[in-house]
Amino acid sequence: MNRTTNREQETERYYLASSWTLMRRKFFKHRMALVGGSVLLLFYFVGSLFAGFFSTHDTLTRFGDYSLASPQRVRLFHDGRLQRPFVYGLKVSVNPETYRRTYVEDGTTVYPIRFFVHGDQYRFLGLVRSNLRFFGVDEPGTLFLFGTDRLGRDMYSRTVAGARVSLTIGLVGVAISFVIGCLLGGLSGYLGGTVDMLIQRLIEFLSSLPTLPIWMALAAAVPSEWDPIAIYFMITVILSIVGWTGLARVVRGKLLQLRVEDYVLAAKIAGATELSTIGRHLLPGFMSFLIVHLTLAIPGMILGETALSFIGVGLRAPVVSWGVLLQQTQNIRSVSLTPWLLIPAIFVIVTVLCFNFVGDGLRDAADPTADR
Amino acid sequence: MLSYIVQRILYMMVLLVLLSFVSFVLIELPPGDFLDNLIQQLRNAGVQVDVEQIRDLEERYGLNLPFMQRYLKWFGNLLRGDMGESFAYNQPVTELIGQRLLLTVTISLLTLVLTYAIAIPIGIYSATHQYSFTDYAATAFGFIGLATPNFLLALILMYIVFKYFGWSVGGLFSPEFEFSPWNLAKLVDLLKHLPIPLIVVGTAGTAGLIRVMRAALLDELRKQYVLTGRAKGLEEGRLLFKYPLRIAINPIVSSVGWLLPAIISGETLTALVLGLPTVGPLLLQAQQGQDMYLAGSLVMLLSALAMMGMLISDLMLVLVDPRIRFAREATA
Repeated sequence: MNRTTNREQETERYYLASSWTLMRRKFFKHRMALVGGSVLLLFYFVGSLFAGFFSTHDTLTRFGDYSLASPQRVRLFHDGRLQRPFVYGLKVSVNPETYRRTYVEDGTTVYPIRFFVHGDQYRFLGLVRSNLRFFGVDEPGTLFLFGTDRLGRDMYSRTVAGARVSLTIGLVGVAISFVIGCLLGGLSGYLGGTVDMLIQRLIEFLSSLPTLPIWMALAAAVPSEWDPIAIYFMITVILSIVGWTGLARVVRGKLLQLRVEDYVLAAKIAGATELSTIGRHLLPGFMSFLIVHLTLAIPGMILGETALSFIGVGLRAPVVSWGVLLQQTQNIRSVSLTPWLLIPAIFVIVTVLCFNFVGDGLRDAADPTADR
Repeated sequence: MLSYIVQRILYMMVLLVLLSFVSFVLIELPPGDFLDNLIQQLRNAGVQVDVEQIRDLEERYGLNLPFMQRYLKWFGNLLRGDMGESFAYNQPVTELIGQRLLLTVTISLLTLVLTYAIAIPIGIYSATHQYSFTDYAATAFGFIGLATPNFLLALILMYIVFKYFGWSVGGLFSPEFEFSPWNLAKLVDLLKHLPIPLIVVGTAGTAGLIRVMRAALLDELRKQYVLTGRAKGLEEGRLLFKYPLRIAINPIVSSVGWLLPAIISGETLTALVLGLPTVGPLLLQAQQGQDMYLAGSLVMLLSALAMMGMLISDLMLVLVDPRIRFAREATA
């Protein structure tokens, strides 16, 4: 008796649940999407909000004595005894023939890793000055988790700081293409006729162009003496100029289906203008599809920024982004000696993978025909 | 059918004219022009710049004309097969890009063929053996392949090959063949260098296609008619190739349209990292140095190549899918 009512209640809850609730439930069953989502949240949390707190140095601090130092291993055992996490000091030796510096661990000096230490100053969220860092070691010890670059700057801190630009550029770019895509796709599908024809031709034209040469041409047009923020903004605009067409197609297809529905007629009779009919009545009807599409569009933009910066027409130093960091790896001979400079690449790949997982999970969740 | 092809080709012509204008605008966008760059360079080198000489150069390159006039002049010459002159190389653009373009086209088309040859069988296997080990492996490859940008894959491959085999890969020819005329030895040398660029350019496309193929075939395999065929005793292989596969192949065929532009983009970038003698590095150089006729012609040619992909995919769809073919014949 009790069991049947439980069951009935459950069924009832299922039928009464809003489409968003159903989506959320299905999404939480998608394991890879959950993993991907958690990793992304962590990246955004650490990279964008608390970059200063979680990095160990300022991105521009140079350790002249330690250029191209290899990553230091965090160890737990010293003299065979378990200790709190620590690193050994680094000993520098210069090869007399090639003048290449090599670094070996000095097994006698132990620098324990301390938490909540005071280090280089930074601005929290660009506002509050602080010098509190999550972890670090005491002077004169060094802590280079990902090694250092040619100028002796800590790669770990730079990778964390690069996350801010690399992760947000996709969001900003997608936001811009979202507006263009919804507007043009919406007009195209809703109005039909000549407008539709023109916009469709434009979309066909844009999507038949190879993206990279166009990006390169546009990015080369951005004057290099501009402010880094202005360049950043221009690059996002460039990424979205080519990126809106896919979304516009989805929006148009959906609108063609929906515009003959009764509620649209009702809205028209009530005197709604065309833009407000699209914006208030039609778009919310397939918002979930739009979100899926957007999630899958972000990684493309992240890869775009990385590629452009890598070949030197995107963002430029002193801006720190993953693409900018990877510029140092252009010469394969130097990379084979200093493979840790490739570490930002791992972050790019993991980020893009996670976005794809989340996008796939959302797509399954948003698909009403899939099993519940 | 013939009228459809003619119609499509005419339509492409219109797009190409439009494209020539867009590429020209793109090239004109950067502030200043090639001469400004040249003057700056000469000044930096401490050379006195002769005003008279500059005016001569301006005249010769047509840089003093207004925008529209310059475009019309360039476009008019383009129709006669003359793409103008590269400022930096002092050579006609057509001469400069001839072989490079050929290599770009070769690599792109080879990649395209290879992508299909690998992706379609794996996609089919993945769908017919859903949740098997191979299916999981293919899915994992698909995700990682899509997430790894071309140039990173190039870097990683080069690093691995260099580290474990001690080879320095890159380029398309060994130094001794770089400038030699074509012969059998040079061809063999080219074939030896080809695999890495092909892997690098093709991975993303292959990964994407496997997923498309798998999803499309899975959708078909779930349908009733497959069950009916099986119940009536149709042999499994015959059933697969005769019905579901023919429907599931459609999205693959129409993918040429977006795959070719993607491959060309990928090739451009890969060429920069691997140092391939294709048009990619030339394009970057031309764009940075505002060598406008060279850059404009390259953007134009690459985009035209991508548009060919659209045309081919549309024509192939007509050939492969009888529904589209008959619908067209009925209306014509």
